[in-house]
Amino acid sequence: MEMLRLATAGSVDDGKSTLIGRLLYDSKAIFEDQLESVERTSRDRGDAYTNLALLTDGLRAEREQGITIDVAYRYFATPKRKFIIADTPGHTQYTRNMVTGASTADLALVLVDARHGVVEQSRRHAFLASLLRVPHLVLCVNKMDLVDYDQDTFEAIKDDFRSFATKLDITDLAFIPISALNGDNVVNRSASMPWYEGSSLLHHLEEVFIASDRNLIDARFPVQYVIRPMSDEHHDYRGYAGTVAGGVLKPGDEVVVLPSGFTSRIAAIDTADGPVSEAFAPMAVAVTLADDIDVSRGDMICRTHNQPHVGQDIEAMVCWFSEQAQLRRGAKYHIKHTTRTGRALVKDLQYRLDINTLHRDESADALGLNEIGRISMRTTVPLFFDEYRRNRDTGSFILIDEATNSTVAGGIILGPTQ
Amino acid sequence: MDYELSHLRMLEAESIHIIREVAAEFERPCLLFSGGKDSVVMMHLAAKAFFPARLPFPVMHVDTGHNFPEVITFRDEAVERSGARLVVASVEESIRTGRVAEETGPRANRNRLQTTTLLDAIEENRFDAVFGGARRDEEKARAKERVYSFRDDFGQWDPKNQRPELWSLYNGRHHQGEHIRVFPLSNWTELDIWQYIGEEEILLPTIYFAHRREVFRRDGMLYAVGPYITLADGEEAFAATVRYRTVGDASYTGAVESDADTIDKVIAEVAATRLTERGATRGDDRVSEAAMEDRKREGYF
Repeated sequence: MEMLRLATAGSVDDGKSTLIGRLLYDSKAIFEDQLESVERTSRDRGDAYTNLALLTDGLRAEREQGITIDVAYRYFATPKRKFIIADTPGHTQYTRNMVTGASTADLALVLVDARHGVVEQSRRHAFLASLLRVPHLVLCVNKMDLVDYDQDTFEAIKDDFRSFATKLDITDLAFIPISALNGDNVVNRSASMPWYEGSSLLHHLEEVFIASDRNLIDARFPVQYVIRPMSDEHHDYRGYAGTVAGGVLKPGDEVVVLPSGFTSRIAAIDTADGPVSEAFAPMAVAVTLADDIDVSRGDMICRTHNQPHVGQDIEAMVCWFSEQAQLRRGAKYHIKHTTRTGRALVKDLQYRLDINTLHRDESADALGLNEIGRISMRTTVPLFFDEYRRNRDTGSFILIDEATNSTVAGGIILGPTQ
Repeated sequence: MDYELSHLRMLEAESIHIIREVAAEFERPCLLFSGGKDSVVMMHLAAKAFFPARLPFPVMHVDTGHNFPEVITFRDEAVERSGARLVVASVEESIRTGRVAEETGPRANRNRLQTTTLLDAIEENRFDAVFGGARRDEEKARAKERVYSFRDDFGQWDPKNQRPELWSLYNGRHHQGEHIRVFPLSNWTELDIWQYIGEEEILLPTIYFAHRREVFRRDGMLYAVGPYITLADGEEAFAATVRYRTVGDASYTGAVESDADTIDKVIAEVAATRLTERGATRGDDRVSEAAMEDRKREGYF
C-alpha cells in the first residue's frame, strides 16, 4: 500500500471540516467514541449541528474560542492507500501553518464555495502550494447543492481559477464539483451531476500518480550519523547512515564525498534487514565505502559526474514565522540544511512578496510574521544544495533564532548568488 | 524495480531518520520503554537505525509499581536482548521520598504521579532528548504535537508556542535544563503498528493476545482484578476472555473482550474496530475533554 500526504487549508465556512469529516467517516477512520464525544460537546455548546471541526480542534483554547490554532494531522486509509492529512486553519497563522503542511505534501486540496467562486483565500492557497512545489493540486468546488448542481457555475469557476493558475507553476491540476454535506462526488460519483465525467475526490486521491514525483536522477546522500559498532565482530565497520535525498545509489557506484572531494566506490548499502542492491529516496540506509576516507555528519555523498552546487552565497525565498522579531538585512541566524548546520547572514532583502497580488515590494526593509520575501544570504560553511524546484530535500532550509532557539523561517533555495 | 515503498516502509524510514537525527545532535538521549506495543516498536526501529551497532543511548522505564507481571518480565528480556542499559525511574521511590503523595479512595491510581518521577529522572540523568512512543492518531491533543516537542526547564509543553516543523528539518536547539521530547511514531496509526508487528514478527507481552482473566466492570470498561485495585460496592469479579489494546498501569488500563489470540486475528480486529484504543481502554483519559492536554502541559509522556 502506498502513502499519500495531503495538505488542506481553509476556514470552517467553506466546508473543509465537513469534507474531512466525511472522508474520515466514510473510510471508517472516525471511531464511535470520538463521534459521541463530538456530538456531546456540540450539544453542550448548543451547536445546531454536530460540529465535525471538534474532531480536529483538540486543544482547550481551540474549543473555547472555536478556532484552530495549529496544524492538525489526521489519518485514514482505504484498501489502496494510507493518507496523512495536514489540516491547517484558514485564519490565524495561516501562512506559517500552510507552508508547514505543504512542505511535505504530495497533494494540496483547495476548497472554494460554489456560491462565491474563487476568492482571495483560494488564490493564496494555490500560490503557497505552487511555491512549496506540491506536485498535485485539486480544486474542490464545494456546496454544489446550493447552486442546484449547475454545470455552468462549475465551469465558470474552473475557467476563472485556470486563468489565475497559469501565472503559477502547477504541474497537475484537477477540478471536482462536490457537496461535502451530502457526499456528492466525495466517495461516490454523484447522481445529481450526471454532466460531470471525472472521478470522485476519494477515487482521485487513490489514483493520482505520485511515483514519478520523486527525483530519481540526482543521487544525493547527506551523511547523518556514522555507525561504528566497536565490537569484535564488526571491528572495522564504518557505516555512513542517512536518508537518501535523491537519485538511486547502487553498490559499485563511483562517488565523491563533499566537501573533501575524495572519491571512492560504494562497497555496500546496508540495512538491518540485510544489504540492498539499490537505495532511493526516502530510504534510510547505511553506506559503506571501498576506501578508508574521512567522512562525517554533514558531508554529502553523490555521484562524481552529478554534483550539487557547493557554496556559501545563496538566493532564497523565505517565509517568516516569528511574532517577536522581524527579518532584517544584516541579521544572523543558525541555519539547518540537510544534515548540515552553520550560521547565515542575511546580506540583502530584495523584495517582499504580496501573496494576494504577487506584487514585489522592493522598498520593504523587513519581513514580519507570515510574510514572504526574497533574500541573499551568506553562510559560515559551504552548503551542498540544489534548486528547490529540482529537489525539495536538498533545496530547503530553516533559520533558527540564536537567542531564543525558535524556528523563525523556512527557506526555499532558488540557486547560488551570481 | 519500481522505486516504490509501501506505507510501512515509508513510516519505518521516517522513524529511523528521526532517531538517527537525535543520536547525532543530542548529548544524552534516552528512550522511554514500558513494554507497551508502541515502545516495543520504537525500540525495534532504534535497533534498526544503528545496526550493526548497539543502541547508543539507554532506555528508561517509569515504573508505577502497579504492573502486569508479564510486562515486567517482557521488559527485562527485551532490554537484555537489545544490549542497552535500563534505567528504572520508580514512582514508589518518589512516594517514599515524599516527592509525591499517594492518591486515596477506590479510584486511586498513580497515573498523574508518574509525571514528577519522569521529570525528576530526566533532570537527575541530565537527559536532553527523550524518545516517547506517542502517536498523533491516539488522542486529539497529541494530533497537534510536533515530532520534536520542546519542553522548558519545568518540563512543560506549551501547545500555543510550538516550533513549526517543515520538510524533515528538525530543530533540537535548547538551553541547559530544557529538553526535547521526540516522537518518532507520530505518523503511525494503531493499525500501522499492528501490521508492522506482524510483518516484522516483533515479540510482544502476552497480555496483548486473548487470554482468560478475572475481571470486573467499571464505567463500561473491564479491569483486571489484582492487588492494586479495590472493588467498589456492586462491582463483581468474573472470568472473561480478554486482551489488552494498550498497556499502562494495571490500575487504570482496561481490557477488551476478544478471542484474538494470534497477530493476524488482532490485525483483523483492529481493522474492524469502531472504538479508539484509548477510548476503549484508558480510564486516565476519561477525566475530562482535555485530560490528556492538561497532563501533557505538566510534562506527562
